Amino acid sequence: MRQGNIVKLVALVLLVATTVALSIKPLVDPVKGIPLGLDLRGGVHLVLQAEPNKNGVPITNADMDKAKAIIAKRVNDLGVSEPIVQADYNNKRIIVDLAGVTDPDKAVDILKTTAKLTFRDTQGNVLLQGDELTDAKGGQDPTNAGGFVVNLTFSTDGAKKFADLTTKYLGQQIGIYLDEKLLTNPKVDTPVLNGQAYINGYATLEAAANHAVLMRSGSLPVSMSIAEKRQVGASLGVDSLNKSIHAGIYSLIFIFLYMLVFYRLPGVVADFSLIVYALIVLWAFWSFRVVLTLPGIAGFILSIGIAVDFNIIIYERVKEEIRAGKSIRAGVESGFSRAFITVIDAHVTTLIAAITLYIFGSGSVKGFALTLGIGIIVSLFTAITFTRQVLRWTVGINPKMKTFWFGVRGDA
Amino acid sequence: MTKTGHSATYEEVQKLHPLYFNIVRKRYWWFAISLLIIIPGIISLFMQGLNLGIDYKGGTMLDVTFNKAVSQSAISDTMKSVGLEGHVQLSNSDTTALIRTEALEEEKRSELLTALETQVGEYDKASLKEDKVGPAMGQELTRNAIYALIIAMGMMIIYITFRFQFGFAISAILALLHDVFVVVGIFSLFQWEIDATFVAAILTIVGYSINDTVIIFDRIRENEPKMKRGDSYQDMVDKSIWQTMRRSINTVTTVLISLFAVFILGGESTRMFSLAMLIGVFCGAYSSIFIASQILLEIKIRLKKMPRTGS
Repeated sequence: MRQGNIVKLVALVLLVATTVALSIKPLVDPVKGIPLGLDLRGGVHLVLQAEPNKNGVPITNADMDKAKAIIAKRVNDLGVSEPIVQADYNNKRIIVDLAGVTDPDKAVDILKTTAKLTFRDTQGNVLLQGDELTDAKGGQDPTNAGGFVVNLTFSTDGAKKFADLTTKYLGQQIGIYLDEKLLTNPKVDTPVLNGQAYINGYATLEAAANHAVLMRSGSLPVSMSIAEKRQVGASLGVDSLNKSIHAGIYSLIFIFLYMLVFYRLPGVVADFSLIVYALIVLWAFWSFRVVLTLPGIAGFILSIGIAVDFNIIIYERVKEEIRAGKSIRAGVESGFSRAFITVIDAHVTTLIAAITLYIFGSGSVKGFALTLGIGIIVSLFTAITFTRQVLRWTVGINPKMKTFWFGVRGDA
Repeated sequence: MTKTGHSATYEEVQKLHPLYFNIVRKRYWWFAISLLIIIPGIISLFMQGLNLGIDYKGGTMLDVTFNKAVSQSAISDTMKSVGLEGHVQLSNSDTTALIRTEALEEEKRSELLTALETQVGEYDKASLKEDKVGPAMGQELTRNAIYALIIAMGMMIIYITFRFQFGFAISAILALLHDVFVVVGIFSLFQWEIDATFVAAILTIVGYSINDTVIIFDRIRENEPKMKRGDSYQDMVDKSIWQTMRRSINTVTTVLISLFAVFILGGESTRMFSLAMLIGVFCGAYSSIFIASQILLEIKIRLKKMPRTGS
């Protein structure tokens, strides 16, 4: 019994230590690790509000879906990893999260542009809409070595229309507009029959590519205004992340010490359980792809404080049972079962708060609620499985263990 | 279950705690102390309200870190030159400026940033922080916050009534409101700015306060049926409070350790958030020990007195 328990405990400590060592790398992996929110690695959060147009035509859900698809397409073309684009149909909003975007200003610019491509005559009459476009790509100007162009490819139908158009307006100028902005005003030298055209006059490939993104994704069915924007610079995000990790480590160290001083042997078990707890929570974040935000980390740190509570409630109960004359082992068993009821009642109420916050909260508040909620559930799990078993094994080492090691004074 | 020994008596519980004093008997003192803190807060709330940040009022907030120290007037003048007014706050030995102004359109915002760069000085683009909230969004946030509070409290009342009794639920909710009013009152008194995370802080305080109260109520629930003829409810409540005292203190200490760590080391963005929670959690622990059980006791005494007067 004695030997067996010691072996079990040593094996468990080694197992946990190995798991910790092996977990660090995958958890903090920049690509596959726990996703960091934009407040921790820089980026921009946008809430785009669809504006009802002047004719008072209501915005339909289909409009919102189309707008969402177009914005998602533009976001993907920006090359942002793990972008989030959500539609809020009730409020007619599109929510965009771009974490780690290098040039947020440009991104914002590209996202909110309606991007209606039109071909117009000199009087400004619209001759052809950009809807017939199948592709648009940035590229080198075939006629001017230093310049760049957007290459346009029309659909079969569009190619025909464009052929008719260029035949009709041979020798005249056709203006190409993106929204109300004149991009280029070329003169039609020869009719374009194959559905291939280009817009020249771009100074950089990037500028051409940006416009190509807009044209390729098509025009937004509604115009969008920015209802909310939160932008965090990349280095500021890293700074916040480091500060939070610091806070977390110090909080852990002091809680460890506190538990050791007050609860001695069970304190060691509690500290050990805390490590397991933190590990499970982080892996839960990892597997559910919970995006870690600044308030989210605060929630996690707070949940460490709350997780200790399970141990405290249980140990105080065990102490009482021992004082009431029970053996340490019997005390642990009855202490656990009695404390369990207390723990459930107390933490269901905190969970209610977390769930309500998650439902009604916005953005960062949701992140906080989620980490707090996961924390509560995991700490319950850790307490009833891990802590209990380890404590059983520990007291099993020597049934005549002095009650001093449980923080119970000898005279009690 | 119990084969040997007996559960602790009131006397034993008293002896166990070196600092024992009768908490229940002094209950009117605790009520008075709490009112002394809450009333100024409520008055302030009516007189000057809360210092609501842009999350609620709408507006743009720019956090700009310049490469060298700047002056407040230089920034204000630059803002005026592009036709804007607002509040500027310098920190970090005058290199970081927190600029608050109306909700800016993209063009206006770029104009301001360009003007700042040319007229005030170069700034670090990688550490720029910007928050823009349209006025409609702010109203929504406030509305959702109030909904969340009401729904959370309603669900807690239901849960506690189901698990305990209605009297317990009412006492717990009153203690919780006490904590909310203390925190909101202090934030109003000192005019500390409130952002979106304040709601989260308040709801967490609500969660903590209830949690803490429930632990003590759980003990009262356990001790109540064990009362012998002639035992007073008052002594039983006092005993229950002291039986859970170590847990109350140790738990609040560990939670406060966590919060202090975030408050001191967590950086500017979570400072007010952790401050609200620090005050709230401390207050939550206080109210669980000194307020909630005493309200419960008052309810029990009144209810008893009603059917048979003068017992």
